Order: sequence, then structure tokens, then C-alpha cells
Amino acid sequence: MSEKKPAFWLRVFAILAYTYIYFPILILIIFSFNTQKINVRWEGFTLHWYDVLFHDSNVLLAVRNTLMIACVSTLVATVIGTLAALALQRYRFPGYTAAESALYIPVIVPEVVMGISLLAFFVMVGLKLGLATIALSHIAFNIPFVTLVVRARLHGFDKSIEEASMDLGANEMTTFWRVTLPTIMPGVLSGALLAFTLSLDDYVITYFTAGPGATTLPLRVFSMVRFAVTPEVNALSTLWVFTIFVVLLASQVIQRRQEHH
Amino acid sequence: MSNIQTGKPALTRFSLRKILRENPTAQGLALISPTAIYLLLFMVLPMILVVLLSFMTRGPYGNVVYRVNVQNYARLADPLYLRILVFSLGVGAATTVFTILIGYPLAYFIARTPARHRSFLLFLILLPFWTNFIIRIYAWIMILRTEGFLNSVLLHMGVINVPLNILYTPTAVLIAMVYEFLPFMVLPLYTSLEKIENAQLEAAADLGARPWRTFLRVTLPLSVPGMIAGSILVFIPAMGMFVVPDLMGGAKTILIGNLIRNQFLVSRDWPFGAAASMLLLILTLVFTLLYTRKAGFGEELLV
Amino acid sequence: MKIYKLVVPIVVLAMLLSACGGAQKPNDAEVNLYAWSEYIPQALLEGFTQKTGIKVNYDTYSSNEELMAKLQAGASGYDVIIPSDYTVTILTKQGLLEELDLSKIPNFKNIADDLKKPYFDPENKYSVPYQWGTAALAINTEKVTKPITKYAELWNPEFAQQIVVLDDEREVLGMVLMVLGYDRNTTDPKQLEEAKVKLLELMPNIRLFDSDSPKTALLSGEVSLGLVWNGEAAIAHGENPAIAYVCPEEGCSIWFDNLAIPKGAPHKGVAHYFIDYVLDPEASVLIAQEFPYSNPNAAALELMKTKYPELYKTYMGYEATNPPKDWMARMHPVKDVGDATALWDRVWTEVKGGQ
Repeated sequence: MSEKKPAFWLRVFAILAYTYIYFPILILIIFSFNTQKINVRWEGFTLHWYDVLFHDSNVLLAVRNTLMIACVSTLVATVIGTLAALALQRYRFPGYTAAESALYIPVIVPEVVMGISLLAFFVMVGLKLGLATIALSHIAFNIPFVTLVVRARLHGFDKSIEEASMDLGANEMTTFWRVTLPTIMPGVLSGALLAFTLSLDDYVITYFTAGPGATTLPLRVFSMVRFAVTPEVNALSTLWVFTIFVVLLASQVIQRRQEHH
Repeated sequence: MSNIQTGKPALTRFSLRKILRENPTAQGLALISPTAIYLLLFMVLPMILVVLLSFMTRGPYGNVVYRVNVQNYARLADPLYLRILVFSLGVGAATTVFTILIGYPLAYFIARTPARHRSFLLFLILLPFWTNFIIRIYAWIMILRTEGFLNSVLLHMGVINVPLNILYTPTAVLIAMVYEFLPFMVLPLYTSLEKIENAQLEAAADLGARPWRTFLRVTLPLSVPGMIAGSILVFIPAMGMFVVPDLMGGAKTILIGNLIRNQFLVSRDWPFGAAASMLLLILTLVFTLLYTRKAGFGEELLV
Repeated sequence: MKIYKLVVPIVVLAMLLSACGGAQKPNDAEVNLYAWSEYIPQALLEGFTQKTGIKVNYDTYSSNEELMAKLQAGASGYDVIIPSDYTVTILTKQGLLEELDLSKIPNFKNIADDLKKPYFDPENKYSVPYQWGTAALAINTEKVTKPITKYAELWNPEFAQQIVVLDDEREVLGMVLMVLGYDRNTTDPKQLEEAKVKLLELMPNIRLFDSDSPKTALLSGEVSLGLVWNGEAAIAHGENPAIAYVCPEEGCSIWFDNLAIPKGAPHKGVAHYFIDYVLDPEASVLIAQEFPYSNPNAAALELMKTKYPELYKTYMGYEATNPPKDWMARMHPVKDVGDATALWDRVWTEVKGGQ
């Protein structure tokens, strides 16, 4: 799209929008330093909860599980979903409507229902509940999100570039990797990002498909609601956000440096 | 290799590749097959279980008795449930409208910034969602409650005299719902907007169109696929959402999501819950397919 | 950039493989606990592991119905569960509980006599007590200065948007039924209809429904009083001593949580041993220290009197943890209403969906 700098009011709006997005995060970060265990009112400043976090092996295990599941399910869902988007956006084949409808099911079905149906299915099939069943479930609901986003990107895709590439002697595979994929990459990455985010914070479906000892972070935090979601959780989220933000900032800086060469 | 054992001519293998290369239908099927197989196993089969479940009966202990009965669907034909469905549709619609109002300018802004900043800005939108859902909502509760941050600041500044009653009202629910669904609208919208060719915009300008006209006649129509994708990703889940309305609204109303959850996790009437889910599923499926077809979403054909 | 493209798929593949390898290996040195969240102190579990070398996997649920949903759907692998009174009844009737071998649970003798042999399991064949408690009225006396003795006073217009109640149809409708003078476990449609009308009249006063953490609304000043669990009231009281806990004249709710073993538990022997460990006085005191419910372990209370006098004083001094004897006469437990569950659900839906 145009590289003209966006209009003034647009920039103001964007700043307001980002404020809206980040204000609760700021509150969340502040309250990670609260002395009050039940974290309802601000009582005082402490780093105690960060200390608790680093010694809490349960939470750290849950974090590891959550990340692992998110990575695996995102990768698989993105690959499968992108292929599906290509199929639906460019081809007609028998079973088209059925495939399209099947893709909408995970978006439409309430999570409770999907969770219970998957639980019943795994039990029926004899699959033992654990991390693997969670991952399988996450892939299932991630695929449609990837497909939908990539389809939006593909719509109106100008095929003349691909045809030109093929005229110049490249075969389908090369054309796909060198021409098509780079062009739809923003859509694919957006879809992958969305899938990763969904998997990271999923509670309901994970709840039903988890087995003894297989716990994820959302499960752990939700279970704390009954008594108190202590500032330890805020501490974890703060560190997480902070780390990724630093990584992002660093990659931006590195990119800037590269461009100046 | 195989031609000696099977007796088939070597031409067969060659033909398969040829078919894939030249036959668009075969190509399409090949591309869709991983998804189709995966979803068949892990989505369709479980859903068939749910359909079967909706025709079963609730046992005396909340278990499922394998006795076929259509009472569950008959129970649904009741103004109470219709009212709940309509209310849920309203919540979904309101959330969608507001995510478009806030998300569109934001997506447009990102699409117009220099390319090297765009991923960063997108990541910034998603980053908060890598915190935990519960504490994000708790943060909103801390901001919006009677003795919360917003009221404290406004009172202190003298803007208001009495604390605003926002928490546990529909306003609070909307604020949090839009907050949670914003990325689902911004991301698809962005991918659509980002694709709009500079040449098209310049052509319009060359033909004498003012910026607003260009926007209405060129940009907006071309961003429709993104809006459709975003609307689907927001409206449908928002309609079935109940955690945010419960936490921010005080759990004073029952939405379709609450109703279904209650059947499974409170009254333990799984067959009835399954029937209600089926109703919701069919309704939204029909709506979605009509919506996307009408707006030409699936009309790309390989010629 | 090129190397990066190769590294990522390899790393992910490795993760995939390791995730597959994370499937359950049958391990005799562990016990799978499936219980209420925030109910068993980490110190207790660690103490058990230290003593026996057996690892404890603690999975959680936040309602009896979730527990039943998972067990009924066929999910297995759990060794110890903590069902409430009516849940023990339902699970027993469905044959989903293992019979306990009390000879393997010698610490059972520590339980107070009047809490042994409960109505829902008269021979302690399937369950032994874990904790018990009540659901009644918590009042912030800083905001509500006059004494409240009846639930009926909640309907007073001065409490508009000042009340929190549990998001639990059995508790809230049960409370309304008690106000109307009916059985809180009724299956009579006419009585339920009356209760519905009465509850709808209360709606303008209810600021929110919350079963998870009603103490938050009380402590943050959003509400002045409400129907809450005793544990919630006790925690709130710890933060703000002005929070009183009252069992009104019409009656209030009592519940009993119990340790049990689901049918088909993979580590039955260890499960018994674990239950016995939990009933040990020292372990029971750990529970009382962290989670302020009512403790059925008489030996633990004796231990508290001598070894932890401050804790004993707090425990005995507050009605939420130590209800007065005269309350017992008007405390009623939840009982399964069988087929009338659909009717109850309908009433609840009508109340909430009627806006």
C-alpha cells in the first residue's frame, strides 16, 4: 500500500487505540508488585512474587507445556490451513461446500461443546488424555482461523505474476515458493500469529482434553480464581510481555541497521 | 519398480503426475486433503457424536441414557430460548460493529505506515494477548469499578462528582468484549488493506478523485474480504461468549453460551445441551455461508 | 536468513517428537489427585512426597458438576477425588466409586464423631470427610450498621445494587425457598414458580453473581453484603475484620467435602495411603492454615490448641470456620433433585434470561 505518511488524525486515533490496548496491561504490570496476596487493592510495593515465580516448579512446568503445545499446533495448523485456503480460493472440486462448512465448525461451535465432544471422542477411540490430546485439539480449532485469514489475503490475488513466472520456465513448485508464497506471506504470518495466540490462552477445550499431570498455564491460572489470583500470575505475564517486547524492539533495531548498509 | 509387479505399464505413474499438473480439480483436492482428513477425524466425527447425543435422554443421575427422544428439540421451541438467542445475537453484533469502528482505522493506519514498521505494529496489537486472559479482565475490573482507576482519576480531576457506575453494566461488557476481539478484526482487515495496489490509488487520484472519494470507491470495496473474514471471526465467537459477559456484567444475564455451558456443567442435561448447540451451529452455519457467498468471498475460480 | 529457515523446522520437529514422547508411562511411584482447585496445600503434597517418595499429580476442577462430567464421560486415570455430599450419592448410585478399605486408613479415628457416618454414606464405605462448611450471609458492618437476622431483609430497597450472591442455582433458589418457608431441595413446580417470582423481585438489589470469588466484591467496596461460602467470608474477614458472617433465621446451607477413590483407579493402594496421610493431624493443620474452611479432624483441632494457639483462636473465634451449635438446627445440605433438575434449570434460566 501507499507509503505516504498517514494523516494526522489517523495517527492520533492510532495512539488512542494503542492506549486502549495497553492500559490494562499497564495496570496488570503495576499490580505484579502488590503486596496483597488476593490482589484486590494496592497495598504496597514488593518484588516477592517474582521470587515466588522462579521457585514455582508447577507454574514453570505449565509454561513449558503451554509453549510447546502452542508451537506445535501453530506450525501444523498454519501449513494445513494455508493449503486449504489455496484450495478453497482457487479451485472447485467435489465436496467443496462440505469442506468449507467443516472449516467453519470450530469457529461456530461453543468451546464447551467442542471440548466435551473431543473428550468423548478420545475416550471412545481409546486415546489416553495428556499433552498430545491437547495439541491435537488445538490444531483442530486453529486451522480455520489460519484458512480464513489467508483466504482474505488471496482474494483478488493477481495471477498474472504467477503466469509470468511459469512463462519464464519455472514449474509449479518453484512458482509457489518464489512467487505465490512470498506474496501471501503477510496473510500466512497473520494467521500463524492468530493461531499461536489462541493456543496460548485456551482454557475450555484444553480443560476437557487434558489428562492427569498435563497442565497448561491457563488451566493453572483459572484454578487459582477460587482463592486468589496472586500477583505471581501478573509477574509471569509481565516478564513474558517484557521479554517479547525487548526481542521485538531488538529485531526492529537490527533491521534498521541492516537497511543502513 | 511397480510396473513389473503390478503388470501395469510404466505410463501410469507418469499419468498421475500429469493429472496433478494439468487437472485443476485434482490439484484442488490434493491441497484440501490434509485439512479434510484432519477435520474429519477431529471435528466432524466428534460433532457427529454431539448430534447423536442430542437425540438421547438424560438419565436420573445426569448421565446419558441411550434412548432416542426428540424432546430436547421440542423443548427449544420456546420464547424464552428465542429471547436468549436474540440477545446473544445482539451482543455479537454490537461487538462486531465496534471492533470495525475501532479496528478499521487502526488497520488502515498500519497498512499506510512504511513497510518496515508494519510487522512491529501488528505484533504490538497481539502482544497483550500473550498475557493471561483472566488477569487482563481483572485489570479491566480494577479500572472500571466504583473505586477503580477511572473513577478515582475523574473524581480527583473534578470531572465528575459521583463515581460512574460502569462495572457490571452492558457498557463494561462491551468495552471488554471489543478489547478481546479487536485483533481478530484488525489482522484480517490489515491483510486485505495492505494488498491494495498503490497503482490503483494513484490511478484514482489521476482521474481527479479526492481522497475521500478514493477511499469510498476504491479502498473500502477492496477491503471487504478482510471485513468479512474479521466479522466472522468476531461475530460468531462473540455470540457464544459468556466468560467476559459474566465477569464484566456480573453474570446477571443468560446468553446462549451460558445456557449451553449450564447444560453440560450444572444441570448435567447433556442431550439438551447438545440439541441447543446443534441449533446454534445450524443457524450460524447458514448465516455464514450466505454472508460469504453473497459478498463474493468464495468466487475465485482458477481458469 | 537461510540457516534460520532450516533451524526453525528442525526445532519444531524436535518439539513435536518430544510432545509425543510425553505420553503417560505407567508409574507406580505416583498418585493422581483430582480435586477442587485451591483446596490442598502444596506443603501437604510435598510432605507426602518427602515421606514416601511418591509423586503427586494435582489436577483441578472448580465444581462437582465438572468432576462428574469428566468421570461420566469416561475420563480415567485419577486415584483420589474430593466430591461433595450429593455428589457422593450420585456417584455411588452409578457405581463410579471404589469401596474404601478403612483398615488401610487408621487415621480415620481422628475425625470428629458427629462427622463420621454421614447421611450420604452411613458406613463410610466410599468416602471419608475432608473439609466441611456453610454458605450464609456475609455482611460488611462498616457499610451496614444495623444487625441483619433474616434473609428477607435482603429484599429491602436500601440494598439496591449492594448485594453479591453465589452464581449457583441450588444455593440462591434454595435460599429463596427457605425464605418462603419451603424445603430448599423441593421438586414441587408450584413452589419453584413462587421462588422464581420472589427471586425476580430481588434482582434489582443484586449487583453481581459470583461463585468463584465473591470476597473480591465485598473487599473492593462494590457490595455491602451477600450470600457467600464460609471460606470466602473467612478470607475477607482476615483482610477486613468488619466482615461478619451470619446464619439467618430462615436457615442456611451446609456442605461436606469428602475424599474418595473413583472406580478403576490405577494406584488404589497408594490412594488409600494418601488419604490416610491427609487425615493425619499435622497434615490437617496445614489445610486449616491455608484454607479457612471447617475442619472435621478433631485430633487436628487438639493439636492446634497446643501447638498453634493463634491459629486456633482465629479458627474458633469466627463463625465462618466455627459455626455456633445453635446454627446446626437450621442448616440444610444440598440434595440431588433427580429429574427435577431440568425444572430448576428452567427457573434459573427464566430469572436470568428475563431481562
